[in-house]
Amino acid sequence: MGRYVARRLLQMIPVFIGTTLLIFLMVNVLPGDPVAALWGDKPPDPAQMAIIRKDLGLDLPLWQQYLNYLGGLLQGDFGTTIAGNRPVLDQMTDAFPVSIRLGLMAFTFELVLGLFFGVLAGVKRGKVIDTGVTVFTLMVISIPVFVLGLVSQQVFGTQLGWVSPNVKDSMDMAQLVLPAIVLGSLSLAYVARLTRTSIAENARADYMRTAVAKGLPQRRIVSMHLLRNSLIPVVTYLGTDIGALMAGAVVTEGIFNVQGVGQLLFEALARREGSIIVGIVTVFVLIYLLANLLVDLLYAVLDPRIRYA
Amino acid sequence: MPENTLKKDKPTVEEPAVAVAEAGPAPDKPRSLAADAWADLCRKPLFLLSGLLILFLLLVSAFPGLFSSTDPTAGDLSKHFLTKPELSHVFQPDWFGYDNQGRSIYARVVYGTRVSILVGVGVTVLVTVVGGLMGMLAGYFGGIWDTLLSRITDVFFGIPFILGAMVVLNAFTERTVWTVIGALAFLGWTAIARVMRGAVITARHADYVLAAKALGAGTSRILFRHILPNAIAPVIVVATIQLGVYIVAESTLSYLGLGLGTNEVSWGGDIDTASDHIRNAPHILFFPAGMLSITVLAFIMLGDAVREALDPKLR
Repeated sequence: MGRYVARRLLQMIPVFIGTTLLIFLMVNVLPGDPVAALWGDKPPDPAQMAIIRKDLGLDLPLWQQYLNYLGGLLQGDFGTTIAGNRPVLDQMTDAFPVSIRLGLMAFTFELVLGLFFGVLAGVKRGKVIDTGVTVFTLMVISIPVFVLGLVSQQVFGTQLGWVSPNVKDSMDMAQLVLPAIVLGSLSLAYVARLTRTSIAENARADYMRTAVAKGLPQRRIVSMHLLRNSLIPVVTYLGTDIGALMAGAVVTEGIFNVQGVGQLLFEALARREGSIIVGIVTVFVLIYLLANLLVDLLYAVLDPRIRYA
Repeated sequence: MPENTLKKDKPTVEEPAVAVAEAGPAPDKPRSLAADAWADLCRKPLFLLSGLLILFLLLVSAFPGLFSSTDPTAGDLSKHFLTKPELSHVFQPDWFGYDNQGRSIYARVVYGTRVSILVGVGVTVLVTVVGGLMGMLAGYFGGIWDTLLSRITDVFFGIPFILGAMVVLNAFTERTVWTVIGALAFLGWTAIARVMRGAVITARHADYVLAAKALGAGTSRILFRHILPNAIAPVIVVATIQLGVYIVAESTLSYLGLGLGTNEVSWGGDIDTASDHIRNAPHILFFPAGMLSITVLAFIMLGDAVREALDPKLR
């Protein structure tokens, strides 16, 4: 087990380096000059531009800039911003707790309700409740998240007045409930659909017949036998979804004015602050890689036949 | 609901598959998987409904002038500012009302179809070709090729899709449909590559590949004439489902102001405009958002139907 984890962590290194390199190149090779952007619409002063470039190491060849960045990253240094010369890490430690909180709330929402609806529909396959869940999930999947956000902000925030339309205090969990529901809704629908298919497939398995024949109560059959065996595809989906949720938060945060990573990213994109963009995506990639490792370890918990030596 | 009506004439999944095999309509001539799947699809209301809807959308995007004779960019602020829809005026310019610049929402919804369909189809075609080739090479040649291509796939897969597209598109000041298609395809080919790789690996050691090799067939002939037809089914399923995802991605990017420019007519851009006026004129949000959702729904239902027809587990 320990050796397996160590090997997986080692395998992550090339992927991590590759991903940071890719995003670094995407930010730096594509057109657009962040230093010139400091002057706004006015013509930039070439001498001053050269000084700023030299200070920030932007005059070096690209490969050297990347190596410097990677070296800094290993020491926990995400670089500094071009405008204001602030450490990127400071800005990220302000924004990430908000987004992670939002993401975790959305994740809990999708996990609990998605599994509930999925099991319900899978067990009652072909019944009215199954049809209801199927139609509901199809609807949720086809309505884009930003439309759902705009509509629910209007309906629950402005018209019904249940919540304030804009989040005023981004660290207040109560105010994040509606954004979290909107953020998690798409994944909820996918979790419900996956669970339903998986449950319906496993319901015909031999061990299910055995469990029924032994006279186990329905509740125990579903929760201990059926659900546990049906969870593997769902867990796989959830693993990749943690990263997707964090990225989806970018859109949701914009609608509800949550001061999280999304807002930081928008500002960075507008000012072409490459170091912030690369930093944010790097953290997302780390979250994604670790979540995938966690998923693989969970397989062994769910299915004892899977062992990691 | 449509999926459920399906289940009714197909009570268990295994039985009809046996029935088809035993009492197939052409017992003397065995049908190919594709023909079999097609016959299967034609009996499904889900497929017929989504297919008709998609044909209609393709028609609208190819010939928007047939459906609306109004110019979607011509506005008359003084006369039509945020006018409410007149739903009884079917197919008239004021049918869906007017937006904040006095432009006919009906005309804009009709002309906006082209962008969504073009992006959805364009990205899917690009992604299937690029991802398919990558997956085939990795799966067939194995060894160092597989390691290299799989790691490259991992790298691209790790970058969040919308976020990556935002970064790429932000660098372009003049964005057209093709820029958006390129950016989405650049980041989106990984899912197809992974599926294709898996399918090719299972097909690689089949007896018919060995037979083709023994007969002296070249690598490209083996790959494209023997392996590809047997590995394409899961790729088609993923591609169909992803098509809807790309349409949503385009509209999200246009909504964020990182997709098409404001002078292009697109549903995402119109939803962005509508979000400022949602309080006093919800109709300017409703129609583009509704069309967008219906389009995505059509492609998701198509994907579901295709998966049920092609999935060997359900046969």
